[in-house]
Amino acid sequence: MGRKILFVTTDQQRYDAIGCNGGMVARTPVIDALAAQGHRYERAQPQSVVCMPSRSTIITGQHVSTHGVWMNGVALPVDAPSVAQVLHDAGYRTAIIGKPHFEPFLDPFMRFVENSFSREPLVGTHRGFEHFEAATHGGQGMLAYARWLSEHHPEAVRMFYPVLDGTLEVNAMGGGETGAPQVWENDIPKDWYHTDWVADRTINWLDGLEGDEDWFCWMSFPDPHHPWDPPKSELGRIDWRDVPLPEGYPQTAAEREAILDGKPRHWKAWYDGTLVSNYEAPAHWVPATLTADQVREVNQRNAIECELIDEALGRVLAAIEAKGWGDDVDIVFTTDHGEFQGDFGLLFKGPYHVDSLMRIPLVWRPAPSTAPAPSAVTRPVGLVDLAPTFCAIAGLPVPEWMEGKPLPVDDTDADTRGFERSLTEWDSDIFGVAVHLRTITRDGWVCTAYQAGHSHDGTEGELYRLADDPLQQVNLWDDPGYAAIRSDLLADLWDHQPAMRQPLRRVEAPV
Amino acid sequence: MTLGSIRHEIRIHRSADDVWARVGDAAGLHTWFPGITNCQVDGKNRVIVLGSGAPLPEEILVNDDSQRRFQYRITAPMFVHHRGTIDVIALGDQECLVVYSTEADPRTMALTIAGGTAGALDELKRQMEGN
Repeated sequence: MGRKILFVTTDQQRYDAIGCNGGMVARTPVIDALAAQGHRYERAQPQSVVCMPSRSTIITGQHVSTHGVWMNGVALPVDAPSVAQVLHDAGYRTAIIGKPHFEPFLDPFMRFVENSFSREPLVGTHRGFEHFEAATHGGQGMLAYARWLSEHHPEAVRMFYPVLDGTLEVNAMGGGETGAPQVWENDIPKDWYHTDWVADRTINWLDGLEGDEDWFCWMSFPDPHHPWDPPKSELGRIDWRDVPLPEGYPQTAAEREAILDGKPRHWKAWYDGTLVSNYEAPAHWVPATLTADQVREVNQRNAIECELIDEALGRVLAAIEAKGWGDDVDIVFTTDHGEFQGDFGLLFKGPYHVDSLMRIPLVWRPAPSTAPAPSAVTRPVGLVDLAPTFCAIAGLPVPEWMEGKPLPVDDTDADTRGFERSLTEWDSDIFGVAVHLRTITRDGWVCTAYQAGHSHDGTEGELYRLADDPLQQVNLWDDPGYAAIRSDLLADLWDHQPAMRQPLRRVEAPV
Repeated sequence: MTLGSIRHEIRIHRSADDVWARVGDAAGLHTWFPGITNCQVDGKNRVIVLGSGAPLPEEILVNDDSQRRFQYRITAPMFVHHRGTIDVIALGDQECLVVYSTEADPRTMALTIAGGTAGALDELKRQMEGN
């Protein structure tokens, strides 16, 4: 019997959303306790700041340019490499429960098999998972959660916020007490909400395993991704009026505009409502209209969703203890990317490589039987390192096709094994608006090179020194005093950034 | 109005006439379009059934053997506008280019449908080249 692996992901969660990372709004005692017992990563970054590319990196252990899922709407081929397959081949029982998003959700032709598993149960394995039970952010659609809700609680299906509007664009409709976009009062009972459902189904799957079996379970919560519509019964946990404004929220329009004017032009164009360059934000919402109270209310709902996740995780850990597995289970907790939540006067996400979207929570609590020495790791690591970590936990060699390395257990280990940089890339091309970014984070700098596209001629960039400018508000790209470091960082970026695989994979749907 | 316009194309190593014989058969779309499970034609009206089980009504606008052009529109109310155009263009005796264009308002539907049309071109090529 080896070490079992509970891999927990959320969707679109900031670094500071959990207490152990300094979060002051949501109470997350379960995750905080795991961090205290294991390794907490202070500079963990995704290789993409949107779902499908990022999740494809998690499962393949490859950079975006290598696996080729270059934007949302591009499907990861069914035969793409998968760490779950590696573990299954080694005798692990394998499951993914919750949000997968390796294939597009908008699929009227039902061309993607992951959308059909709720109707035609999985035979054999898929991407190495023998159990595949999917959910996303609401009660409609073809996934298992939506089917369960429509069969058992049909009255609740339409209680959720309508994520898309009548034209299938991301909805800009406001709600709550402030009219904030994608905020909604959801009458659904907490027990029926997808967070509890994901935990319930995970516990159910674990209950079916024999005590001596090894297993890898990816429990993938759809929250705290927008819409911000947690069960209404939970809203009393936090009064939005008490939520502090984020440090990254410039409180006057003049401050916000001055900061954005120092960045490549698509930042301000989005803020002004003249350019929505991607499908990840409402097409008909103008960020300049965002009020301080709306930021508070969004962050209240977001924090409540984080608390529900923490409590659901606690229930799963209790079930694991009850099975007698507690000492032998490694737990890895992270997310796929971050969220603005008011930083720069913005919400949601897009082609913006700053900590709001690029710095993510990552906690690894190794099996207690291994007597881990708790640590805070400050060196850069990435989601590309997770698949190799799972192999290492299972005592398996890391396959050559994986591009990351097993996570370091402390900074000394990181330095010994060369954790020097993290790479993040963005490509999108939708309705004639193309944006291409390549970013390196190393030695306390974040440097982003822009390639030619709709709003950029290929000379633009962003450069920030994190120690001096942790909120990345002053762009040093064009400052002659930093030309040498900029040049060094770019050279290192191009030395390590894989080339995009060709031919380019096709965009199959908006998301 | 938010119009989306997307074009996909593919080279097929078969004569334009052979390929057009398949493309111009309005009732046979489901035989080479993955994700369409059935197709019924009544005069200018066609109803296709999607893989999700949803029927989608269409109007055939052009079915021109001399130009090798097939053009249709989805008439379901969620579309403010739709036009699908398939052109088969001879590149030689045994090679042709098939161009499948999709215009739709709302534009998001252009992207969603065009994902399907690209897969259809792949399947058409596979069938016509006997792979």
